Amino acid sequence: MGALLDNLPLFLSGFRTTVWLFLVSAAASLVFGTILAMLRVSPVPILRGIGTLYVTVVRNTPLTLVFLFFIFAYPLLKIVDLSYAVRAMVALSVYTSAFVCEVVRSGINTVPVGQAEAARALGLNFGQTLGSVILPQAMRAVAPPMMSTLIALLKNTTIAAGFSVAEAGAIRAVLADKGYPQMVTLAWVAVGFILLVMVLTLVQRTFEKRWSRAR
Amino acid sequence: MSNVLFDIPGPRARVRHRLYAVLGVAAVAAFVGFIVWRLAESGEFAARKWEWIQYKQVQEDLAAAVGNTLRAFALGAVLALAFGAVFAAGRLSDHKPVRVVAGFVVELFRAIPLLILMFMFYYGLPTLGVRMSPYMAVVLGLTLYNGSVLAEVFRAGIQALPKGQSEAAYALGMRKTQVMVLILLPQALRTMLPTIISQLVVLLKDTALGFLITYEELLNYARYIGSIYAFGDLDSQIFFYRPIIPTTIVVGAIYITLCLLLTLLANRLQKRQRRNRKIQAAPAEAVV
Repeated sequence: MGALLDNLPLFLSGFRTTVWLFLVSAAASLVFGTILAMLRVSPVPILRGIGTLYVTVVRNTPLTLVFLFFIFAYPLLKIVDLSYAVRAMVALSVYTSAFVCEVVRSGINTVPVGQAEAARALGLNFGQTLGSVILPQAMRAVAPPMMSTLIALLKNTTIAAGFSVAEAGAIRAVLADKGYPQMVTLAWVAVGFILLVMVLTLVQRTFEKRWSRAR
Repeated sequence: MSNVLFDIPGPRARVRHRLYAVLGVAAVAAFVGFIVWRLAESGEFAARKWEWIQYKQVQEDLAAAVGNTLRAFALGAVLALAFGAVFAAGRLSDHKPVRVVAGFVVELFRAIPLLILMFMFYYGLPTLGVRMSPYMAVVLGLTLYNGSVLAEVFRAGIQALPKGQSEAAYALGMRKTQVMVLILLPQALRTMLPTIISQLVVLLKDTALGFLITYEELLNYARYIGSIYAFGDLDSQIFFYRPIIPTTIVVGAIYITLCLLLTLLANRLQKRQRRNRKIQAAPAEAVV
C-alpha cells in the first residue's frame, strides 16, 4: 500500500497520460478507420485496393515496430517537431485504425442487403446510402467488437512507456530507482488497468443493452 | 455486400470514378514520395547505410534473431493453446467453484496489458527471489495473455454449437468427457480455426514486446545494428553509419512476411470452411 500512497501524484499523472493517449488515439483511429472502411467498400477499385493494402500491411506489423519508426524515423522527415507523446498517439492511431476499419467493414456486412437495395431504389448515391442508411445501422452491430478493439488500444498504450513517454507503464522505472519493490509497483499499475478496463466493459454493456432494444 | 452499395456505373459515373482513382493514387503517391524523398535527402538510402547487410556475421546474427523470435512464438503458441484449452474447459465446467476460478483467472489476465505482465515476470519476480531469463518472461507473458484470449475463443466456439448436438450425445448415453471430445470439439474446432490462427498472428507480433525487456529478438537486433556508427580496431574499422531506417525497413519486411504467411493460412482455412455449408460463421474475433 505504501508504494501507492507515497507516490500517489506519480501514479495519477502516469494514468492521466495513459487516459489522454487513449482518448486521443481512440478518436483519431475511429475517424480514420471509418474512412478506411468506406474506401474499402467504395465503387472505385483502386481506392478499395489502397484501403486493403493499408490494412494488410499495418495489421501484420508489430505495434512496437510502428513505434520504432515514429520515434526514430519521424525526426528525419523534418516536418514539425512533435513531442514523444504526440508521436506515440500517431503511432497508436495508425495501428488501431486498421483494426477499426475491419470491425466497421464487418459491421457493414451485417446490415441486411435489402437496406442498401431500398436506398438505391430511392435514388440515393453511394455516399448517401452509406452515410445515412448503412453506417448508422452498422454502428449498432459493431459496438461490442469496437469496444474490444478500444480496450486493446488502452492496453497497447503501455508500449509508449518503452519510448520515453511518462505514462502508467513507466511508473515502474521511476519507483525502481527510488528503491520500491518492483512487483508491488507493477501490481498497482495492473490494478489501475483492470479498473480502466472494467469501466470500458461497463460502457460496452450499456451500449449493448440500449442498442439491442432499439433494434 | 459491398457490391450492393452502389449501382453499376454508367458512362458519367465511370468518368467520375476514374477521376477519384487518379486523385486517390496521386494523394498516396505524393505522401509516400514525400517520405521517401525526405529520407533519401537525409542519406538513409545511400549505399553506405546499407552495407551492413552484406557482412556474413550480420546475416548470421539476423537469422539467429529471427530464430529467437520464432522460438518465443513457438513455445508461447503451444503453451497459450494449452492454457486456453484448460481454462475454457474450466469455464464450461459443471462445478461452480471451478467455473468461478477459471473465469476470474481469464478475466484477470485479459485485463492486464501484456507489457505489464512481461515487466512483472522480468523485473518483478527477481525482487521476490525468482530468477527469470528474458526468454521465459516473454513466453510466460505471451502464454497468460493470449491463453486467456484463446480460452474465450474456445468457449464461444463451443457455446455457439446448436444445443441438440450435446443433447443427442447425452441421450446416446455418452459421458461429459466423451460429449466434449467426440462431439463438440471436432465441430467447434473447425469454426474456430481462422480465429485461433489470427490470434496466433497477434502472438507472433507481440513477441516484439520482448524488445522492451532486453530479449534478443528481431526488433532488438534491428535497434542494436541501427545504433552502430563504427566498430572494430582503429586501423581496421568497419562503418555502419547508424542505419536505423534501413534496419527498420528490413525487419519490418521480415515481420510482415512471417505474419502474412500465417494470415494466408487462416484465409485458406476460412475459404475451405465456407464451402462447407453445415458450419456457421466463426463466433469470436481475435483481439489486437
